[in-house]
Amino acid sequence: MNRAQQTRAAGPSLAVEIAGLHLKNPVMPASGTFGYGEEYAPFFNLDELGAIITKGLSLRPKAGNPTPRIAETTSGMLNAIGLQNVGIDAFMRDKMPFLRQFHTPVIVNFFGNTLDEYGEMARRLADLPEVAAAELNISCPNVKAGGIVFGTDPGAAAEVVALVRRHLRQPLIVKLTPNVTDITVMARAVEEAGADAISCINTLTGMAVDIRTRRPRLANLTGGLSGPAIRPLAVRMVYQVVRTVKVPVIGVGGIMRAEDALEFLIAGARAVQVGTANFVDPGAMPAIIAGLEKYCREQGVTDINQVIGSLKTEG
Amino acid sequence: MEQDLLMTNLKTTILSNQEVAPGYFRMRILAPGFVTSARPGQFLMLRVLDGMEPLLRRPFGIFRTGWLPADCQGLPPKEYVEILYKVVGSGTTLMKDLHQGDGVEILGPLGKGFELLDAPEQILVGGGIGLVPLFMLAAQLVKRGRVRLLMGGRCRDDILAVTEFERLGVETYVSTDDGSLGEAGLVTEVLVRQLERLPQAAVYACGPTAMLRAVHGICAARDVPLQVSLEAYMACGVGACLGCVVAGAEHTEQNPQYLCTCKEGPVFRAGQLLWHKLEEPRDVCGCNEEEP
Repeated sequence: MNRAQQTRAAGPSLAVEIAGLHLKNPVMPASGTFGYGEEYAPFFNLDELGAIITKGLSLRPKAGNPTPRIAETTSGMLNAIGLQNVGIDAFMRDKMPFLRQFHTPVIVNFFGNTLDEYGEMARRLADLPEVAAAELNISCPNVKAGGIVFGTDPGAAAEVVALVRRHLRQPLIVKLTPNVTDITVMARAVEEAGADAISCINTLTGMAVDIRTRRPRLANLTGGLSGPAIRPLAVRMVYQVVRTVKVPVIGVGGIMRAEDALEFLIAGARAVQVGTANFVDPGAMPAIIAGLEKYCREQGVTDINQVIGSLKTEG
Repeated sequence: MEQDLLMTNLKTTILSNQEVAPGYFRMRILAPGFVTSARPGQFLMLRVLDGMEPLLRRPFGIFRTGWLPADCQGLPPKEYVEILYKVVGSGTTLMKDLHQGDGVEILGPLGKGFELLDAPEQILVGGGIGLVPLFMLAAQLVKRGRVRLLMGGRCRDDILAVTEFERLGVETYVSTDDGSLGEAGLVTEVLVRQLERLPQAAVYACGPTAMLRAVHGICAARDVPLQVSLEAYMACGVGACLGCVVAGAEHTEQNPQYLCTCKEGPVFRAGQLLWHKLEEPRDVCGCNEEEP
């Protein structure tokens, strides 16, 4: 068998590398849309994924916001969950044993209420060999402390990233918010402070009103908009960030199917995160992975890396 | 690694979809596996179109499951699932216009259902569309003894499927706010009278939050075991989105205890819940849909 035949038999390679992390394909869940993994294990083999990203974790358990926490909007949804999570200790005790049976890398998304808490979380994560990488959340729009406070000011972002980078052993992914005037300023700040990769975008702050009761549809008044409604915005921001930084970029925002994921990859994202689509269809990610493979075959592409950043802007 | 996958998103077809009372519909869906897997009180997530509007699935309580007999071409019997729903928002408005043969996607059976208690008397309390999860429960309970259904609604149009409960051998007591069917008054008044005669009863209830709260008060005062089925807004139905949480009995601001309606419910023992924190969904339609 010659090399071309071998490639045909084996299928196109979907493997990508993010900051030293080897992923069998570029598809992973967006934090907060996939629980701690086990919620979706009845639907498909989690080893099919490029990586698993957990719900955002903090030092101590967090209650989250009052309900209603979600509202459906045109081609999207608003959420204001408020970073409800079991805390890092309960995660390691109750959730991690389940994830250990899979081979796919586990990326822990985390946040703190204060700079100290971010640092403490990084120290804790550094000691956990099962955690392949960490994703730093400085972009949640739904909590007062922490989150977006650090994500909208380049100085504050650089400070928290530098602190976390000092303590963490694993690759550090920093997740950016779109709720800024110029996302490239934030991207540059976190790259200079030591981020190994950037994921963008988190949700856009939005609001919906019940015209009958004249009350906001979320108890939190505002929430984060996700879903296909935000995808063109996300593609634009990913494209801008890719052109600004050298570190790999993970594209997130309204990906429902393989075609959507490909837009991000062509715009230069090294990998993608799938969020709201998991709620709509628990089989969304396996379908997207299959769709990427089909696209590669149809396009005569043997390696997905040939697609990444292949955007043509001239001619 | 190899693992047993317990569930798939079923792309299936509608067998029938009929208006059973003004604004209320009954949809029968081809559902392989549901007869053996669905337990009383469980629900399913339904998606009408493979499109973006509406984006999210809608949760519906499972009314019943059953077998279609083998047809004349010798094809084997087929399993179906039935839901009852009230037309409220964009999703149910789409659903009401569907016909036999149209496609839908269903995910389920989901959630934790009713625990069948060995009580000498079993009382079911249904408010409007809230009677949906009580039917399969009644079918199980009648095998163990006497079952009564107390069914309430605003008017006669809200009283559904009572004759089907009677066919199971359930004694039914109907009450409506306006007296247009059965007794005029609240279903909770009927419950108080029943419990005076039957203090050993176990109670199972589903309906608007205000009704459930009253039922809880009545049962708690008499030390009567109560299970309630809740409705909540949810995006995923599998415990990931955390949109449908309710505060558990141990909940405090310092030590939060939130329970997912979809995963730890929708059926809860009354003692599991922090009742004063329980909120009313914006409308009750057999799913969590909002008015447009």
